[in-house]
Amino acid sequence: MLILDHLWIILALPLLGAAINGLLGKNFRKPIVNAVGIGSVSVAFLSVAELVREFMRLSAGQIPWVKSYFTWITAGQFKVDFALQVDQLTIVMLFVVTFVSLLVHIYSTGYMAHEEGYYRFFSYLNLFVFFMLTLVLAANVVLMFVGWEGVGLCSYLLIGFWFLKPSAISAGKKAFITTRIGDFGFTVGILLLFWTFKSVDFRTIFAQTLHMQPEAFAPAGVLTLICLLLFTGAIGKSAQLPLYVWLPDAMEGPTPVSALIHAATMVTAGVYMVARMNPLFSRAPFAMFIVALVGALTAFYAATIGLVQTDIKKVLAYSTVSQLGYMFLGLGVGSYAAGVFHLMTHAFFKGLLFLAAGSVIHAMGGDQEMPHMGGLRNKIPVTFWTMLIATFAIAGIPGFAGFFSKDEILEAAHSAPHASTLLWLLGLVGAGLTSFYMFRLVFLTFFGEPRYDEHKVHVHESPKSMTVPLILLAILSTVGGWVAAPHLVNGPDYFSNFLSPVFTAYPAAGAIVNEGAAPESASMVLLHALTGWPVIIALLGLLVAWWFYIKSPETPKKFAQSLRGPYTLILHKYYADELYNAAIIQPLLWVSTNVLWHVVDEGLIDGTVNGVARVARESGAELREIQSGNARSYASWVVIGAVGVTLLMLGLWGMGR
Amino acid sequence: MNLVPISYYLVLSAILFGLGIVAFVFKRNIITIFMAIELMLNAVNLAFVAFARAHNQLDGLVFVFFVIVVAAAEAAVGLAIVITVYQNRRTLNIEQINLLKF
Repeated sequence: MLILDHLWIILALPLLGAAINGLLGKNFRKPIVNAVGIGSVSVAFLSVAELVREFMRLSAGQIPWVKSYFTWITAGQFKVDFALQVDQLTIVMLFVVTFVSLLVHIYSTGYMAHEEGYYRFFSYLNLFVFFMLTLVLAANVVLMFVGWEGVGLCSYLLIGFWFLKPSAISAGKKAFITTRIGDFGFTVGILLLFWTFKSVDFRTIFAQTLHMQPEAFAPAGVLTLICLLLFTGAIGKSAQLPLYVWLPDAMEGPTPVSALIHAATMVTAGVYMVARMNPLFSRAPFAMFIVALVGALTAFYAATIGLVQTDIKKVLAYSTVSQLGYMFLGLGVGSYAAGVFHLMTHAFFKGLLFLAAGSVIHAMGGDQEMPHMGGLRNKIPVTFWTMLIATFAIAGIPGFAGFFSKDEILEAAHSAPHASTLLWLLGLVGAGLTSFYMFRLVFLTFFGEPRYDEHKVHVHESPKSMTVPLILLAILSTVGGWVAAPHLVNGPDYFSNFLSPVFTAYPAAGAIVNEGAAPESASMVLLHALTGWPVIIALLGLLVAWWFYIKSPETPKKFAQSLRGPYTLILHKYYADELYNAAIIQPLLWVSTNVLWHVVDEGLIDGTVNGVARVARESGAELREIQSGNARSYASWVVIGAVGVTLLMLGLWGMGR
Repeated sequence: MNLVPISYYLVLSAILFGLGIVAFVFKRNIITIFMAIELMLNAVNLAFVAFARAHNQLDGLVFVFFVIVVAAAEAAVGLAIVITVYQNRRTLNIEQINLLKF
């Protein structure tokens, strides 16, 4: 019971690493920075492994396991403990976060080897791991919010890591401000949560929901409002419509950061939060519908933008937005386990895709444009094979991790009580687009003739520190979904069985929790899954990509010309940035400049302050004339004053009579 | 005993005080001004004594002693200042002693 009793150890390790590297790292040599950075995270990973072992021995009654260390805030009824909590959902997240973090740390020693501020990078990464673990382990909403904001901070710091590059700085600011819009909703949601339940503690809140019936679809009540507000936070953090715009820009950060923060862990915080709050969401059908709708729309929308991007990281960024949409789709139709399952497999294959893309960029000497690549297959074989596996996984080719999770989500979107054909169709088409743009990426990068100047670019395979994490993630991208494999032949779905206590602990009549489709006969299920629409459409995507980029490379151009209108629209990302700029940023800027700055700040605030000073100065200038230095005039004033006071007293006295 | 009413004393005191003020304000020589101050102090003393007598109380007399002591001390310090001023400025005209002006 070592770790279960001392959960804080898991948090303290990365924080310690961040502090040591951040405060002292400037004078360290690289091996020491590596030892501190990787050491702290690997010990944290081992602690999590030990935690899993201990957790398995707990009886059902002891879960969730809560440890309260001290009271953090008390104000009247409002009481927040520094309390940590472990349940099945936490275990999954802890495992994903620490494992991917560890691999990214190792990878970074190779990728960032020649960068300035090496120690700073590792310090930020460790700090990120600390905040992410805080978010995941928190036993109340407020502590969760601390982690939530903390990862946002680290994201900002790491996107702007190359702070001499203006685009990186503005991308960092964009990420911070855009997510802040969502966080405002989250904050109001927390306040409303406390106002409703008089507590911020998960267990206390959820226990009260037991007595609550699911709200009507419309008109909805306070639960729906809370859920919608919390989901606003998730929209910002997990880059959903309409607040997704920061994630593609976040690719300005170093590639390991994109892999860890903007693909595998931080952006999934919103998914985790919704899953954590499932007793509330399950009782708010309208909020669930919104979650599913936003998820499905984002999944489709982002996939279409991904079709025409030429920057290898931008494709992956839009793909991440799209995949996060799938997770929300899964959550929204009540299939929490499927959403979290996709979160896990996505962390593996998308982390891998980014790291492999980083390896490609490394090999190309920093060039990220796919039209400059081609034919890299034989030159960087490890990168090629691992990336191919990840592509199979994300496209949903049977047998790979993404197939199982995406299939579960689409199945849920099709069969769950609150599913609808529209959601399913959006998800399905999105899956086809996903398959297409991913194979497009692979074909453009690794196949065909080299389009770069071979005399200038010396393509070389990355060092061991980078390829080993790739291989490990490739293995997990393959086998990571197999825990759910028996489900296909009507066996148990180990993953959702493992998680089910979290999602069924607070049941209510009519609440939206999808515990899996009705059993069919084994062969039927297998047939359904293998030949189902998702597989067909994934293979279709592969075929079209092959046709477009290998068989006849002229087709895309002709295609683009014949569909000039839609093509330009997608190429410019639906003009979302321009639209936001015109509709929000410019008016805001105008109001800030002309009203807040020139009128309020300069006129009102400065006017008041300077006005007070001017009154004092001018009255002083007038009054100093009296200070003649002539003693007799002073005496006269004294006399006049004395006479005045005397008269006043006589007058008052007289009135008193 | 009360041959002279208190109002006589008070009127005399007021006249003396008024003369003191006038002298203080209009005279230019510091020594004269100094004497004007003494005149005012003694006008006040007279008023005190008159009241003490009228009310048959000792408080006014005690005050007068204090005033006399303070006046003596003031004369000592004041005259010393006057001498120093004269040594420095070679004049006792108050209108020329205005260095503390802004």
